[in-house]
Amino acid sequence: MGLTEQDVVAAVGEISARRLRMIVRRGWVRPQRRAGMAEFSEADVARVRLVYLLTEKLEVREEDVPVILSLLDQVHGLRRALRNLGRAVESQPDEVRARIARTFRDLDRTN
Amino acid sequence: MNEDPYKVLGVARDASQDAIRKAYRKLAKEAHPDLNPGNKKAEDRFKTISAAYDIVGDADKRARFDKGEIDASGTARPSQQDFYRQYADADGGRYQSSAGFDDFADLSDLFSDMFQRSGRGGAAGRGPRQMRGQDLRYQLPVDFLDAVNGAKRRVTMPDGRTLDIAVPPGTRSGQTLRLKGKGMPGMNGAPDGDALVDIQVGTHPLFERDGDDIVVELPISIDEAVLGGKVAVPTITGKVSLTVPKGASSGQTLRLRGRGVPAGRNRAAGDQRVKLKIVMPAAIDDELETFMKSWRESHAYNPRAGMKE
Repeated sequence: MGLTEQDVVAAVGEISARRLRMIVRRGWVRPQRRAGMAEFSEADVARVRLVYLLTEKLEVREEDVPVILSLLDQVHGLRRALRNLGRAVESQPDEVRARIARTFRDLDRTN
Repeated sequence: MNEDPYKVLGVARDASQDAIRKAYRKLAKEAHPDLNPGNKKAEDRFKTISAAYDIVGDADKRARFDKGEIDASGTARPSQQDFYRQYADADGGRYQSSAGFDDFADLSDLFSDMFQRSGRGGAAGRGPRQMRGQDLRYQLPVDFLDAVNGAKRRVTMPDGRTLDIAVPPGTRSGQTLRLKGKGMPGMNGAPDGDALVDIQVGTHPLFERDGDDIVVELPISIDEAVLGGKVAVPTITGKVSLTVPKGASSGQTLRLRGRGVPAGRNRAAGDQRVKLKIVMPAAIDDELETFMKSWRESHAYNPRAGMKE
């Protein structure tokens, strides 16, 4: 069960419902919708806090927020892919892992 | 957290509250865990910085600390803060972008495969609820000439995708362009939302827009006004030659047909209206003065005859 707009305002504590709606309207946080009502997950709430941190605490300009979010989302996407790739390699037999490690080092040196 | 908060923030003991706030902001931008995904040290460093700022960032607490009433560890920190990075993989990594792989041409199959699978995992268990994607709204400032003549714009959206926007000729401020299917993705086969782009048109130092006409003020010399002749006029597509009639007056408006806002669907092209403005030479020389004096003797006229009191 997701959280409503009021739940999020109460949980974050330092933003208004109006500001929350603006953050959603700009696509920075994208809650699910059920019967026309926004339904926030814990991750959505954490992301609202992130936007609050950027704009209020670190005084990042409004127009720079999408730049930061886009880069962060790309970093998290790349990290996830890299982590899973690492796990996939990890589960291979020793011999295969050694070969991959060697190839990796060679590529790292030359590229 | 027993370190001297002033040292942690790198400020003097008599620094202003404003200077302390700035120092905190700068350090937090470097060390905040959400801006350093995966860096464990950043979290400890950020906690130290926050603890220091908790004391000296607040004028009352700072005064008590300076008097020795509380020490550097004497504040209750909120026990645990939720950072976004702890949730970055939640909901099937819904916000994560795979745009970073776009140029891995030779490996894109491997990675796109991986992303598709993780996406499907995240949606599992929710049931096949169909829902059209949300519309997304953007603001787009456009130069005066680009709005009049039409232009193409490429913008980067919050999720890293790029959006190619064709601004049609004659676009006005406040107009909204709708890009079908460029909003949030629909769920379980439902259509994607649209991108709504609000246009704000800038001003131009020479041109003004009046409906579909372009209005420009054109300075001319007294000899051009008296004798007439061809002068160059800037238009929205470059200079054109305009014939000033003999005996032109300031304020007189000439029309360049079809040189205004270009024609669109159901709309003919506008005109450019050129408003003349006679400009005197920088200095009135003797020759001109003598000539005018003698000319006035026999040719006086009253341009204000039509004015009623």
